[in-house]
Amino acid sequence: SADNKIEAAMSELVPEPRQKPAVPMKPVGINSNLLGYIGIDTIIEQMRKKTMKTGFDFNIMVVGQSGLGKSTLVNTLFKSQVSRKSSGWNREEKIPKTVEIKAIGHVIEEGGVKMKLTVIDTPGFGDQINNENCWEPIEKYINEQYEKFLKEEVNIARKKRIPDTRVHCCLYFISPTGHSLRPLDLEFMKHLSKVVNIIPVIAKADTMTLEEKTEFKQRVRKELEVNGIEFYPQKEFDEDLEDKTENDKIRQESMPFAVVGSDKEYQVNGKRILGRKTPWGVIEVENLSHCEFALLRDFVIRTHLQDLKEVTHNIHYETYRAKRLNDNGGLPPVTTETEENHESNL
Amino acid sequence: SSGGEPGGLQRRRSAGMAVAVERPANDELRNLSLSGHVGFDSLPDQLVNKSTSQGFCFNILCVGETGIGKSTLMDTLFNTKFESDPATHNEPGVRLKARSYELQESNVRLKLTIVDTVGFGDQINKDDSYKPIVEYIDTQFEAYLQEELKIKRSLFNYHDTRIHACLYFIAPTGHSLKSLDLVTMKKLDSKVNIIPIIAKADTIAKNELHKFKSKIMSELVSNGVQIYQFPTDEETVAEINATMSVHLPFAVVGSTEEVKIGNKMSKARQYPWGVVQVENENHCDFVKLREMLIRVNMEDLREQTHTRHYELYRRCKLEEMGFKDTDPDSKPFSLQETYEAKRNEFLGELQKKEEEMRQMFVMRVKEKEAELKEAEKDLHEKFDHLKRTHQEEKKKVDDKKKELEEELSNFQKKKAAAQLLQSQAQQAGSQQTKKDKDKKNFFFM
Repeated sequence: SADNKIEAAMSELVPEPRQKPAVPMKPVGINSNLLGYIGIDTIIEQMRKKTMKTGFDFNIMVVGQSGLGKSTLVNTLFKSQVSRKSSGWNREEKIPKTVEIKAIGHVIEEGGVKMKLTVIDTPGFGDQINNENCWEPIEKYINEQYEKFLKEEVNIARKKRIPDTRVHCCLYFISPTGHSLRPLDLEFMKHLSKVVNIIPVIAKADTMTLEEKTEFKQRVRKELEVNGIEFYPQKEFDEDLEDKTENDKIRQESMPFAVVGSDKEYQVNGKRILGRKTPWGVIEVENLSHCEFALLRDFVIRTHLQDLKEVTHNIHYETYRAKRLNDNGGLPPVTTETEENHESNL
Repeated sequence: SSGGEPGGLQRRRSAGMAVAVERPANDELRNLSLSGHVGFDSLPDQLVNKSTSQGFCFNILCVGETGIGKSTLMDTLFNTKFESDPATHNEPGVRLKARSYELQESNVRLKLTIVDTVGFGDQINKDDSYKPIVEYIDTQFEAYLQEELKIKRSLFNYHDTRIHACLYFIAPTGHSLKSLDLVTMKKLDSKVNIIPIIAKADTIAKNELHKFKSKIMSELVSNGVQIYQFPTDEETVAEINATMSVHLPFAVVGSTEEVKIGNKMSKARQYPWGVVQVENENHCDFVKLREMLIRVNMEDLREQTHTRHYELYRRCKLEEMGFKDTDPDSKPFSLQETYEAKRNEFLGELQKKEEEMRQMFVMRVKEKEAELKEAEKDLHEKFDHLKRTHQEEKKKVDDKKKELEEELSNFQKKKAAAQLLQSQAQQAGSQQTKKDKDKKNFFFM
């Protein structure tokens, strides 16, 4: 029929597809009872050597009201005077009238591994009478770091290694009231858990007995859950069953870590340990039966440090970037005056 | 490796609140000593563990004439018989064939892709031989670039198909490089890490080999071909890399056949005059190649591909597309805007092409329709003609039928008339007989 003829005519008109260049097919699995040693597993050592050579960056932010022991805790974590207060800054601490962001960087080395550690302090947070929107400067700072990284990334001629100032971890200090979270705590964590990894810690935990501690932790966890606050490690980013099991335990039992910080050493049972001396005894910071500092340290530094960076890079940063490139992201236009512009304005 | 900002106080203004960021200058970055074990020395392990669970990609491109021993060498390097049929010499052009394999050694999973240049060096006119190779390499870079430019992207589990190492197989002529070799390597040296090797090195005598190697290297230098430099910046590998570099190009022999040597089975090639042992460093440089390619520099090859060759491709591509690094303030915008503009332009072109094609298509369809209509008309005419003929025939037949019927009826009439006469005659006769019979009967009775 005429229809069939027209169809045949149409097929003549469709152009011959251009031969595509070869692309690897789905990989063929080769059972590796190979006839001999190849040496592929040496790549692990090669990679390790390279990363040791380039070194690591880690940026940790501490947020909480004055007097909760943020600086001390950070010093204790890194066994060094890394906090702003210890770095020879102005010792007469006036509570600032607004939230300030103060970052200070150090280079520390251990076992051949060099780390550039930046501690970002947020004095003034939660200290005013009216604390409305006091998380905004912090959120802004975090986004500014993403913006900086993005700008470097979209350069035509890029640096071999883009400097990473993004906040990898935000320790949020909860006041050990023993009751519940404050509205400010909830507001902050609600807003910021979407842009950064938040690890809530209960500060100055030596003011609570074991029972009070357990109850408080339970209540805090409940409140966080009820308010839909996803703290690190976030459930949705568990990579496999192993991760999930490990992280579930941390999320549901250990967190938030109830910590005590100290950079003073005392002699206990013939050993020198970090602690706080009180009339009723010495609180040993690294003793798990006294407080959970060791858990926090192991969690942040010894097991999840790389993961904190990866979640920041692969998830938080990507979210920022996608929003930014898609539209203006509903984000306020970011104005950054660089040194050059500043000078030229002069 | 810290940020590029000079030190000092920088003021950022934000929504009326003064937020001061204090950053010490680079040289002021304090080196602090730790008063105890912190534990971040486990960082390399943490990082390596993550990479291990994801697996690694490694992609090798083998460039060389048909039959020079590319497949055999790959089999020998990876101790496996990769399935492949040997290529013929009748290929009309160069094409690239890629095959992927998953290898595992202890807890390391490697996605190995071997790309072969089929038909390289077989044509009479080899002017364009390098083109498919360059196109393949660029395509892999382009795929990565596209992923990187996506708005919603997933780079961390991207299957990297970029070529990490190019083994260039030099024919063991013993004289010098062929011009095809020089041209091809020159086209590839800014796109991929080239490791030149002399194939089937057991056909060259030792003294000739040394001269051959020198000639090759000096030709490469004088033609400005940049081959892969084994890195010497890191102490643990500097020495071995420096020692090995001296032996470039590696003279290799490949074999998957095993021969008993002493009390061991080893990979070797057996000749009537002796056995060439693949893993004997006095016989050939196979061990050196394996050492350099896999056991020492595999990670560096991957890194160089990403930070040098890919970056160069990306830069050229973006510049080609019209981007420039202009003022620092508006980069994401300008890139995005220009990208949008370029994309619209491109879409516009596509639409135009599509329109053209559609018009051409419509025209062709019209033509075909006209043809078909013609054919239809012809058919109708034929049909009408046939019908007419048929009718005429029918009429003839009908006429004849009528004639016949008339004849038949005339005949019937005549028959009837004749019968009537006969019957009348008979009746008259039979009546007389009846009278006679009746008289007879009357008399009896």
